[in-house]
Amino acid sequence: MRFNYIIRRIGFFLIIIWLAASVNFFLPRLSGQDPIREKLMREAMIGGATQTGMEQIIKTYEVKFGLNRPLYLQYFSYLGDVARGDFNYSIAHYPTRVIDMLRDALPWTVGLLSVSFLISFFVGTFLGALFGWPRTPRYIQWLFGPLLSLNAIPYFLLGLVMLYLFSFAVKWLPSGGGYERGTLPILNLKFLLDLAYHAILPALSILLAQIGGWALGMRAMMVTTQGEDYMIFADAKGLSERTLFLRYAMRNAILPQVTGMALVLGQLISGAVLVEVVFQYPGIGSLLWRAIRETDYFVVQGVVFFSIVTIGLATLLLDLLYPVLDPRISYEK
Amino acid sequence: MSSSRILPNAPIGKAAVFPAEGWARWRSLVRFLRRNPALVLGVVLLVLLFLFAVIGAYVTDPKDAQPLAARPLLKPSAAYPFGTDKLGRDLFATIIAGIPLTLRIGLLAGLIGLGTGTVLGFVSAYYGGWVDTIIRGVVDVGLTIPGLMVLIILAISFSGRLNVNNMALIVGLLAWLYPARVIRSQVLTLKQRPYIEVARLTGMSGLEIIFLELMPNLLPYLAASLVGAISSAILASIGLEALGLGPVDSPTLGMTIYWAILNGAVINRWWWWWAPPIVVISILFNGLYLLSMGLDEIANPRARRSL
Amino acid sequence: MSDAVLQVRNLQVCYDTAHGPLNAVNDVSFDLHKGEILGLVGESGSGKTTLGMALVGLIRSPGRVAGGEILLNGRNLVRVGEEAYKKVRLAEIALIPQGAMNSLNPVTRMREQMLDGLRDHGMVMSRAEADAHVASLLERVGLRAEVANMYAHELSGGMKQRVAMAIAISMKPKIIIADEPTSALDVVVQKHVIETLQDVQAELGASIILVGHDIGLMAQTVDRLGVMYAGRLAEIAPIRETLIAPKHPYTRMLIESLPSVTEKLPLRGIPGLAPQLLNIPSGCPFHPRCPHAFDRCITETPLLREAEPQCWAACHLLETNQKVTEMTG
Repeated sequence: MRFNYIIRRIGFFLIIIWLAASVNFFLPRLSGQDPIREKLMREAMIGGATQTGMEQIIKTYEVKFGLNRPLYLQYFSYLGDVARGDFNYSIAHYPTRVIDMLRDALPWTVGLLSVSFLISFFVGTFLGALFGWPRTPRYIQWLFGPLLSLNAIPYFLLGLVMLYLFSFAVKWLPSGGGYERGTLPILNLKFLLDLAYHAILPALSILLAQIGGWALGMRAMMVTTQGEDYMIFADAKGLSERTLFLRYAMRNAILPQVTGMALVLGQLISGAVLVEVVFQYPGIGSLLWRAIRETDYFVVQGVVFFSIVTIGLATLLLDLLYPVLDPRISYEK
Repeated sequence: MSSSRILPNAPIGKAAVFPAEGWARWRSLVRFLRRNPALVLGVVLLVLLFLFAVIGAYVTDPKDAQPLAARPLLKPSAAYPFGTDKLGRDLFATIIAGIPLTLRIGLLAGLIGLGTGTVLGFVSAYYGGWVDTIIRGVVDVGLTIPGLMVLIILAISFSGRLNVNNMALIVGLLAWLYPARVIRSQVLTLKQRPYIEVARLTGMSGLEIIFLELMPNLLPYLAASLVGAISSAILASIGLEALGLGPVDSPTLGMTIYWAILNGAVINRWWWWWAPPIVVISILFNGLYLLSMGLDEIANPRARRSL
Repeated sequence: MSDAVLQVRNLQVCYDTAHGPLNAVNDVSFDLHKGEILGLVGESGSGKTTLGMALVGLIRSPGRVAGGEILLNGRNLVRVGEEAYKKVRLAEIALIPQGAMNSLNPVTRMREQMLDGLRDHGMVMSRAEADAHVASLLERVGLRAEVANMYAHELSGGMKQRVAMAIAISMKPKIIIADEPTSALDVVVQKHVIETLQDVQAELGASIILVGHDIGLMAQTVDRLGVMYAGRLAEIAPIRETLIAPKHPYTRMLIESLPSVTEKLPLRGIPGLAPQLLNIPSGCPFHPRCPHAFDRCITETPLLREAEPQCWAACHLLETNQKVTEMTG
């Protein structure tokens, strides 16, 4: 029965990958024309240093996605390219390959997101559990309101405010970038610390904006859980406050929170993209910003594809984690 | 079976909300509102914002929200309460003009999303079978995929040709997913309730059951979903606009932020450019958020203090 | 019967509702003797479960113990703080909860749940000692040792009930409160569970308060029976006396409503409904439904009186010496 579950989840992931590619193929063509071809034509007419490169791209493009070719064949060509990891070249920065640009940028984003997401989840959930427990001291309970308020604001806007406050009003933290400009990225302690230093503000923007949401959910779950019969019996056993809070209430309340994680992932990356723009953080967000500026379709498609796939993968991992936490799942599913 | 018109989870005081005498009615309403501070606060914030936009519209000229309306980069003053931006837009006029535009996108997209989502969610739950499997699959996949990414691909394909209404349509395309899921699970729960069985047995037609029994009980969820859909639509539109993919000629809040970021407003210390849109957006989202919490409280009253 | 292990005096449990305070338990007094099984019956809302919870100190907001005493070895538990009460629970007074179906933590194994109470009470055991203890507890309630590694959803209703029992006896408490331990079970399993309870009790020498609404079941199990109505004790007496010659009209009507196995008679019930606790009738709460009610019953609340040795009932009829023997209605 466990096996069935895993197979289905992996199948779901594969569908996501397929959809990501399909979205990239079909949506631009919805307008009736192919905006990519138009862009390439325009670039060709401009001429200049990349002229020979452009001709090459256009020729390859015509072969695969030419007007004379039926749509379904174009579609299969595209799927084939994606399967081989060929995302074409950057139009604005030929001959850089899109896949290389992505390979450089993606780790930054994944790193930033994982760290802020995990911290906000654990801190937020724990705080939420405290908010939902009747015997939590008042001064902790007062945090709830402000956290919720922050939760309502889009991450990047919070980022803007924090950038101004901490980088310009008071020069405590760096104003942007992934690391100090001009330094060589070698893996030593100094560099790692520099990395962390530059990641603080972007991570905090995402973290602070998300925490309230987790706290709210966990608080609600704790309230529901405390009404359950097993809490009464646990109390009747004379268990300590700590055992009741951690092993009975939290342990049960956290399960829907983990499900909630999967839902939030989509929002996470959408928000993170703009946070990177604000802080000029060298992840796929900044890559996207530049690509939109330059109407560099292939790069945009690459970023979109990989964001979707990354989130799909994270969702898969969460789905596989869930039965481990809740022993009822593998039997009921 | 009009007994079911009373919401199954109605708060204790609800039955007493509409008694005979007017003064007692007023007092019950106040008591109800006092139990639901989120709702009150949310409405207050939104009303304040609305008033700000309406009154502002009287004192400003929408042409001032376009470039070259005034000298660029002026700090806030009596003449220009929010200063001007690099292209010479009067930022106060810009914000005033932007609020209704952003709200319009949110409202339109939210309604499209809610409408579509409700119908699909309902059909899915009520009729079940393979229709349900398909719709549920689409919703699951759709909710997993980061919506903004899809919107980006769409928007960039139409770049330069987008206006406010197109934005609403595009954003609305994704807004139906979450309402569909919520409505579906609600209808599934309601379908099991005994009074539906009874209604069926007493010979009520399908349509009658839908409108007389199910709908009234769905209303709080619909209202809460609408607010949620509007919030996420506005969030998505702001995201797109901040990336530069919005209606370029319109002074929506998101576009203003885009121009601010593009021109390095933070680095150049032109705080009056980026701060007002952020404040307005914060108030807007907090208002919507509180409102949805308040509506949620009506739909699912949590453990009340007393029995 | 020798000395009393638990003495309850004028206990009052009050709930603060939106419509005013209501007394779920009102002026209840009784003794629990060593080694006895005391049954407690009543309709829903009679206060029997609330009484059980009050004894374990689990009345939480919006409820509170508004008055009276619960004397355990001379110590008044009502005055004792939460920290001290935690020590009393499980070690001295244990609860077998109503609805053991949902009373076990769904995400931890049985073993963990059987040991955490002991651990929090300060018992330190090595892994081997703990395993042995768990195994012996399971055996005592008639379950296989493998149950220790199972989760709640893997067990049947009867098994869960027995695990709850095993937990309740794990620290050899003096008093066990079994709150409707068999309500959700079928008759065969019921019998097994009750037998297990009796075995365990004989072995431990504990006193048991068995709360329920099935007089038939009580008849086979308990030594004394207490009858509750609208938060008050209507009658409390040895089981034989209660069944043969009940002193309170409510008790009598309850017993008469039990269908006979031997004769085929029309079903009898008690006319009317149990009162809403917010609107308890004045005087004797049973008077609106009592065929023997007279004017004093409306104005004055009867107190528990010893009608015969060991047989207490709260009814004005006892003083007028009218024998409650005829059937009416």
